[in-house]
Amino acid sequence: MNSLLASMAPLLAEAPTGPPSVTNDANWFLENAWLIPLLPALSFVLILFFGKRMPKKGAEIGIAAVGLAFVLAVITGFAWIDHRDNFEPAGTGGEEALVIGDDGLTSSDSLVLTAEDGGEGEKGGEEEGPVPVAVQSSTQWFQSGGIEFNVGILVDGLAVMMLFVVTLISLLVHVYSTDYVGGDRRYTHFFAFLSLFTASMLFFVLSDNILQMIVGWELVGVCSFVLIGHWWEEKPNSDAALKAFITNRVGDVGLIVGVITLFFAAGGGKTFDTLLINNAIVRGEVGKTALVVAAAALMAAVMSKSGQFILHTWLPDAMAGPTPVSALIHAATMVVAGIYMVARLYPVFYEGMQINGSSINLLATVGAITLVFGGLLAFVQDDIKKVLAYSTISQLGYMAMALGVGAWTAAVFHLFTHAFFKANLFLGSGSVAHSVHSFDMKKDMGGLRKFMPKTYITFIIGSLALAGVFPLAGFWSKDEILVGTGGWNFFGGTGGNGAYTFHLTMGMIGAALTAGYMTRCVYLTFHGEYRGGHAADDGAEAHHGDPHESGPRILVPLYILSGFAILAGLLNMPKGLALWPDSWEERFGHYIEPLGASYFPGISHGTPSYSLAIVSSLIAFAGAGYAFYYYFVKVDRLAKKTGVSLTGMPNGVTTTNPVARVGHKVLVEKYYLDHLYNGVIVAFTKGPLARAAYWVNQNVIDGGVDAVGRASVKSGRFVYDTIDQGVIEGVVNGSGKVSDATGEELRHLNSGKVQNYAAIMFAAAALLAGSFIILLAL
Amino acid sequence: MFLNQFLLLAAALFCIGVYGVLVRKNGILVLMSIEIILNAVNINLVAFGSLTDDVAGEVFALFTIAVAAAEVGIGLAIVLLMYRNRRSIDFSEADLLKG
Repeated sequence: MNSLLASMAPLLAEAPTGPPSVTNDANWFLENAWLIPLLPALSFVLILFFGKRMPKKGAEIGIAAVGLAFVLAVITGFAWIDHRDNFEPAGTGGEEALVIGDDGLTSSDSLVLTAEDGGEGEKGGEEEGPVPVAVQSSTQWFQSGGIEFNVGILVDGLAVMMLFVVTLISLLVHVYSTDYVGGDRRYTHFFAFLSLFTASMLFFVLSDNILQMIVGWELVGVCSFVLIGHWWEEKPNSDAALKAFITNRVGDVGLIVGVITLFFAAGGGKTFDTLLINNAIVRGEVGKTALVVAAAALMAAVMSKSGQFILHTWLPDAMAGPTPVSALIHAATMVVAGIYMVARLYPVFYEGMQINGSSINLLATVGAITLVFGGLLAFVQDDIKKVLAYSTISQLGYMAMALGVGAWTAAVFHLFTHAFFKANLFLGSGSVAHSVHSFDMKKDMGGLRKFMPKTYITFIIGSLALAGVFPLAGFWSKDEILVGTGGWNFFGGTGGNGAYTFHLTMGMIGAALTAGYMTRCVYLTFHGEYRGGHAADDGAEAHHGDPHESGPRILVPLYILSGFAILAGLLNMPKGLALWPDSWEERFGHYIEPLGASYFPGISHGTPSYSLAIVSSLIAFAGAGYAFYYYFVKVDRLAKKTGVSLTGMPNGVTTTNPVARVGHKVLVEKYYLDHLYNGVIVAFTKGPLARAAYWVNQNVIDGGVDAVGRASVKSGRFVYDTIDQGVIEGVVNGSGKVSDATGEELRHLNSGKVQNYAAIMFAAAALLAGSFIILLAL
Repeated sequence: MFLNQFLLLAAALFCIGVYGVLVRKNGILVLMSIEIILNAVNINLVAFGSLTDDVAGEVFALFTIAVAAAEVGIGLAIVLLMYRNRRSIDFSEADLLKG
């Protein structure tokens, strides 16, 4: 064991309450990371008060603030890397130790946090070098009944990673929005709340205690409500905003119960401090029952915020918001809050759900179910944003499952990579919608690659990354999750924390589904015939409806995100495969994962194997290949042959008068296209080899493929109709009806006359006073 | 010190105030009745404060007076708006909250 581990802080016996009470030694940027959320928060206020008077209506304030926050976040990231590699707690002083000089749980020196306390922190096998030491600076907010309520920041790898992701995505979304919502009736208001949204998430991420986490959590919820309902004049939008808010309230109850439980069980009724609570749990000082309760209650919060199955229904509806907001919600600010909370309070779940050595638990199973069901639902959506929304649900399921099986780093890494490609896809869909003025893939899209080649390329990159194609970002993180399940026992590669075979299977199915629905989405949007531009029927306005490539303020964010979607995966290449230098391996895990720290459970890592990577890739390719065959070959061909509606086919493409978009040239154009397609088909079937392949296609493969296709479409439809729309909506509506009926009865009391109310109030008060006197007399 | 007398006075004032709130229809009179209730409470506070030689009672009474002033400001504004909209300050007619 490392000698320096034992030399941690003899807790500053007299708790200095002023700011910042620790980390005399840490880098200035790490200690002052609170500047990062402060900047967008200031920008919110400035935009509200002065935005309208600015030349760009407030957008420039938001971009400047978030841009500055991004620069700070990057610097903080480098400061953290330096800190992680070189920081050695001073042998005697230890002022820079893990904890704030708080009065602590029991006595002053019981809070010495050492790695020995951290359980079997050695399993990960990377114990050379310094142990991760979080940087915390905090100040007293208020004091009540001897309990200090602090507000402060906690900077460690996880927080630094989130700072980077949130500020980067937010900056790109800000830039993108200047074009996308340009000329909107509440343009300034929109930017003000984008800033507040960013600030809330950053505040949440940097929270050093669970009470502060609630504040950030709720702020994020409020901002999402405001932004989803940005166009509230239309009823569905304001309904969607309400649904998002109210569904999240359900989970918030769980959050509050969980926080209270943790405060009393792990904080000793004295502290909300995240690290102290985590440490108490890691040291095994907290009763199992309390942890189970806390973990289950927090689970409800995660399910609502991170769109896990049965509380996910708000997420697709939230697509009513402007697309940049969807990108922000899905990539950086809203839905990952739940995942982040689990990662931050990981000991609660690790012990409470008994992740180690088990093969099934609530968190992992909810995640596994979510990822498959979400993936199935994505197949039956016509709205491109809803496909992406269900995709997000599915990917969040991956993250929850990874956390549930103990693959902490894999989950966080997937959060990281997913942020880039999902933001990329959402902004790409926004770019498409911006040009065709619709989100309906079947009615208004198709063939857009000819009109929007740049958007098309970025969308393809995002889809490939999401589908997990080597070597793009999604491949690495998804593979790591599958490794982490520990269910793969063939040809090398062994488990981490238990044999989660069921979850491995679900992850594999999810991989195939992901690849499949993204292929479908790409086909419906970008390939085939352009089906939009209905105005063209009138002839004169033909060109008005023509789609066009978006401007640079939309495209540049797409390029940047595509770059990240390609490269981000290389940050965490698995260990032990000997294909690359050792120093490249698991850089992400090394800097982000606090394994060995006293506030983190001793998880163990699965061993990656070629076989698993190859098999999971093959499965993804099979999913993509099937969908490719179905849409790009079969449907496409049929569309060309018949040229009419294909609604008769399962999930078919409705080709509405594909050629009528250029006025009087309709006939010429049609002929030209037919000619082209005939040429293509003839060329395809000309050679005997091609003919033979075609025969096999038609007679052998088609049958199987069709059956699989129908089955998967049916099961998707079934899940959507029965479970999602039937059972879950039924439960939700049922509870609504119950309160409706109760209200119906109670409303008779509601005469509307103030004085009747007053009479009831005084009567009740008199009754209470009377019973009080009687009770006292007894 | 005859605490009883103060308490009885306060109780009587309180009952008068409650009666006024419940029965009078004129908005202004209802507000005045609320003031009477608050002052009944003030009498209690001051009486108990001087009984226990604790200045907190008087301090609380001062707070109550300050809050009552704010409350009456809002109350009068409500009555004024009600008059503007309905040409009447009869509370028995104001039943828009009816469920």
